[in-house]
Amino acid sequence: MSVQSAVELKPVAAPDPQVVLAVENLSLDFRLRTEILHAVRDVSFTLKRGQTLCLVGESGSGKSVTARALLRIIDKNGAITGGRILLRGKHAEIDIAPLTERSRELLRIRGGRIGLVFQEPMSSLSPVHTIGSQIVEALRLHRRMDKAAARAETIELLRQVEIPNPEKMIDRYTFEFSGGQRQRAMIAMALAADPEILIADEPTTALDVTTQAEILDLIKRLQVERGMAMLLITHDMGVVAEVADEVAVMHFGRIVEQGPVDDIFHDARHPYTRRLLASTVKLEQNRRAAPAPTGEPVLSVRNLNKVFGGTPGWFGSATFAIKAVEDVSFDLHAGENLGIVGESGSGKTTLGRLILRTVEPTSGSILYRGGEGEPVEVTALGKRGLRAYHRDVRLVFQDPFASLNPRMTVKQIVGDPLYVSGASRGAALEKRVGELLEFVGLDPLSMERYPHAFSGGQRQRIGIARALALDPKVLIADEATAALDVSIRAQILDLLLDIQKRLPLSFIFISHDISVVRYFCDRVAVMHRGRVVEMGTAEEICTAPKAAYTQSLISAVPNPDPRHKRMLHRTRFRA
Amino acid sequence: MAAHTFIDAAPETGPAVTPLKTSGKAQSIAAAGQWTLIWQRFKRNKVAVVAGWIIIALYLIGIFAEFLAPGLPDTARPQFTNAPPQSIAFFVTDENGQTRFQPHVKGYTQSVDPASLRRTFVVDDTQVVPIGFFVEGPAYRLWGLIPSTLHLVGPLDPTDTMYLLGTDRLGRDLLSRLIHATRISMSIGLVGVVISLCLGVTLGSLSGFYGGWVDLVIQRIIEVISSMPTIPLWLGLAAAIPITWSPLQVYFVITLIVSLFGWTGLAREVRGRFYALRGEDFVTAARLDGSGERRLIFRHILPSLTSHILAVVTLALPTMIVAETALSFLGIGLKAPVVSWGVLLQDAQNVRTIAGAPWLLIWPAGAVVLAVLSFNFLGDGMRDAADPYEG
Amino acid sequence: MGRYVVKRLIYMVPTLFGMSIIAFLIIQLPPGDYLTSMISRMTESGENVDPAQVARLREVYGLADPVWLQYWKWISGILLRGDFGYSFEWNRPVADLIWERMGSTLALSVASLLFVWAVALPIGIYSAMRRHSLGDHVFTFIGFIGFAIPNFILALTLMYVAYRYLGMSVGGLQSPEFIDQPWSWAKFVDLLAHLWIPIIVIGTAGTAALIRILRANLTDELNKPYVITAKAKGLPEYRAVIKYPVRIALNPFVSAIGWVLPELISGVTITAIVLNLPTAGPLLLRALVSQDMYLAGSFILLMGVLTLIGMLVSDLLLALLDPRIRFT
Repeated sequence: MSVQSAVELKPVAAPDPQVVLAVENLSLDFRLRTEILHAVRDVSFTLKRGQTLCLVGESGSGKSVTARALLRIIDKNGAITGGRILLRGKHAEIDIAPLTERSRELLRIRGGRIGLVFQEPMSSLSPVHTIGSQIVEALRLHRRMDKAAARAETIELLRQVEIPNPEKMIDRYTFEFSGGQRQRAMIAMALAADPEILIADEPTTALDVTTQAEILDLIKRLQVERGMAMLLITHDMGVVAEVADEVAVMHFGRIVEQGPVDDIFHDARHPYTRRLLASTVKLEQNRRAAPAPTGEPVLSVRNLNKVFGGTPGWFGSATFAIKAVEDVSFDLHAGENLGIVGESGSGKTTLGRLILRTVEPTSGSILYRGGEGEPVEVTALGKRGLRAYHRDVRLVFQDPFASLNPRMTVKQIVGDPLYVSGASRGAALEKRVGELLEFVGLDPLSMERYPHAFSGGQRQRIGIARALALDPKVLIADEATAALDVSIRAQILDLLLDIQKRLPLSFIFISHDISVVRYFCDRVAVMHRGRVVEMGTAEEICTAPKAAYTQSLISAVPNPDPRHKRMLHRTRFRA
Repeated sequence: MAAHTFIDAAPETGPAVTPLKTSGKAQSIAAAGQWTLIWQRFKRNKVAVVAGWIIIALYLIGIFAEFLAPGLPDTARPQFTNAPPQSIAFFVTDENGQTRFQPHVKGYTQSVDPASLRRTFVVDDTQVVPIGFFVEGPAYRLWGLIPSTLHLVGPLDPTDTMYLLGTDRLGRDLLSRLIHATRISMSIGLVGVVISLCLGVTLGSLSGFYGGWVDLVIQRIIEVISSMPTIPLWLGLAAAIPITWSPLQVYFVITLIVSLFGWTGLAREVRGRFYALRGEDFVTAARLDGSGERRLIFRHILPSLTSHILAVVTLALPTMIVAETALSFLGIGLKAPVVSWGVLLQDAQNVRTIAGAPWLLIWPAGAVVLAVLSFNFLGDGMRDAADPYEG
Repeated sequence: MGRYVVKRLIYMVPTLFGMSIIAFLIIQLPPGDYLTSMISRMTESGENVDPAQVARLREVYGLADPVWLQYWKWISGILLRGDFGYSFEWNRPVADLIWERMGSTLALSVASLLFVWAVALPIGIYSAMRRHSLGDHVFTFIGFIGFAIPNFILALTLMYVAYRYLGMSVGGLQSPEFIDQPWSWAKFVDLLAHLWIPIIVIGTAGTAALIRILRANLTDELNKPYVITAKAKGLPEYRAVIKYPVRIALNPFVSAIGWVLPELISGVTITAIVLNLPTAGPLLLRALVSQDMYLAGSFILLMGVLTLIGMLVSDLLLALLDPRIRFT
């Protein structure tokens, strides 16, 4: 195993006929107010016909900027400072890097020879034009079709991306499409001019896991059919393992390692790659020795229902009633971690809010036995009772930025529950806040700072410290790790597990991410359209699911091992 | 298959940057509260800072009007009607050809046109009216309390004339009147905005707090008021002020009228932000921490609102000033002996007057525009800086 | 869409009611009524006042009724018979006096609105696309000045400049020789020659405001992912901008009618007074000064109604422009 140095990352010498795009030593700077950010440094890679290169990295690694630089779509304060982007293929070789923004060559390449699909399916299509008109435009631009031909071709494209009823959907507006359908339409648009290269920038990040699997399938199929080269940008090692032929790992603007997918996953050399893989793979298992449920549960939820709307509207017409949570029952035992898993719209977040009663349940009962004395019926609590209940059952929020008041210091934030409940004031409060910060792995000296001085992971620690301030019995974590990068995510989960070893705590862990739940929870409830469709131990749910929906859900989760691709033989759920 | 390559070095710990300026402030920013951040952001907008200084200067002029004005606003000298501005010079050359330092203005000679019997003034270079700083002049009471005769600048001999901005048709010193008008016009904006703010914040929070039909009614009222054209409305209300009322009463009623229609924007802003903040995660967090409704509002919501309210108030001020000016200009706002910019502009109502004495338009109009412009720049700067945590 | 129009019309009713209350309030506000001021004037000039006749007039005008009844009589007269009351000063029904004046007010407002749009649209797009360029700074600065100068001061200044440097006597909408002449080409040209000052005066503030709004909106929109999509499709920059973000940034442009129109009508009022245009403004001021309140109140009510109709039109246009509104 000889060690190779960076110098040996030399550009490809002999032009490989399979190579359609070669990036050589690309560098890109952003001019910020006080500094120049070297967002991309000496990046080199090649895209080959019919092959997929995955550019993987965490937020801020420069992977998206690199992808967009290939089309020269860079924010105004950014500029390519060096390197070449050589587009080969059918025509003569052309270097994209020095082209001017308005040159005809560049416009012909954009959409014509390189297609782009990117993350936000909600906002990447114009809200005021029909889907059809946006695709027709691309066709007319690059393939010089007349209107009727373009329309026919658009319908054909929509059919290819498996949008049902393309003849009708062509005249619909973006907001009439679901997230997955929008992404399909985006793909249709990107493929309209039959490009040689497709750049997909986090194409499935905003989608549910089952939709993600379908979109990835679709992209793969179209790529094979058309023999396109693909550059896929993602942060998800699972997705990489499922679709990549080659992988380039980016970290702070540099490609720290690249090679065939199998080498990267099974013979990673760079410490960063290893770290990234470790934190991904770690989440693929459950380290918890599930304690047998003993005694009475801390929290018993019975037949909980929540119906939104359904009241008569202004003009007598009844509005739609949405059953957000329907007939949900479960128990939470002391020291137990219960996972609640579901896709968007499954009602999992509402369920969390119902348990805290920040949203009022329509019917059902929640019995809490954590406090001293008699069990408490939470749905019947008055203001004072609820306040006491909120001291025992705490919430950890998803968004580490929105959940901390930016105008208060960390001391004020973490100390607020202590102050309000009258538990401690003054120096005692300061001491307690210091302890709490130390407990969650933060420097107690930083308590005079404001949240803006902390990173996402650190902020989440502050949020946890706040939740722990009043010695709670139950923590409800609502997607508490969803906004974090994978390595930080693992750290926060370990922190929570560590806290649990030291404190008598139970967790209700709400997440869309099956691997996180698998790692963290003893038992898992799977929610679908407001109902709990299956409940069992984490291992059971993840390895041998019984309900049809759970089977489709679990099989859609990408497996971070290129030797065992899971999605290709997944089960589908039709309801 | 491409070769497996990698960089043989430890992972970096942060993004690669080249600093443009030396910034050793990281530590201080970490512990900087919202007002420090807002101030730092605001300071970057140089135009807004300059505008802020102009506003402060205008208010200082208003506060010390009696001292700053060379004369009294109502002293009329009929022999000097519509006299043009005299300019200041600092050196005089006497008969011997020697130049010495002596601040002065040039005197007038007047000629009467025999045909039209109209008087015209010519600045006479030979006449030197010596002037000085901190001179004795007409007696006044500062803020109506402290008797004094001291003026910042004026002719050394009180019987001499010094009309730096010219005079009006009654021979009153425009500069003195303009300075006194600054007090009235700038304060009417301030008082008006305070009333607006009270109305806006009260009704806005009532609307946001109670919701339901209270909200509905208040929202309707706001809609009605904001869709009425303002000037006809002001006219209608101001015209109802009895002629017999004292200038002070008129002053307050005019502020009231002006603010009666200025609060809607504020109320909307307050309500909108209130609603948005109520839904924020950190407010939910505070509620779960056990904060009561009152603590929620005063400790968590209002501090986030204050900077925005300040910006909106600053942007509302010029509307008030313009409203008063317009009403007074049309003759149904403030009336003599009160002087405001609008009252001064009343003298410049037709083209012939302006053509004869353009200073009657230029200076008061300039003052209005300067104030309005400065408030707008300042308010814009404040609005941009109001939320230091976005982006 | 039909449902939307109906809903929008129904929402107008309470607002209209509120406006009529305000207008009625203004009519009622001055201490005493027209008769008292007439009597005091007559006594001052030494005329005899016959108390019986006064009482009879009171009866006729319903001045002795309770307030709500007076309101009802007033509003029902307007709604059912188009009767706006009686102008005591002119000794004619108000309805005879207002329509022509309101017509010219409307015409001038609409002309100004068109001016505002025509100027603000290209400049706004330019400023947003070339942010911080020299042109942008120049326009922004002019915009700020335009925003800051009150209408009537601008009118006075333009009048002075035109008089002093162009030797023109501006004011009115027609040269004296054309007044009372039948419409002809020459008269039309003369009208245009007079129209530019009021339109500039009235439109400047609105233009400045709209440029700022369009610039801000468009700047936001330009960073939206769908613009990147359009660019990635291979559309040239200007086409990508015109077709997508401008289309969306137009929304506030159209909805601007809602708040620009009241400002324009305000502007028309005071500008007309300064420039002596035959619109509602000077008549309204005169009515207010002489406390001819039915005339004044009717003007205020109609101006309110005018803006309300403007808002309705803007909302309907908006619904046509933006499918998201149409469908919800």
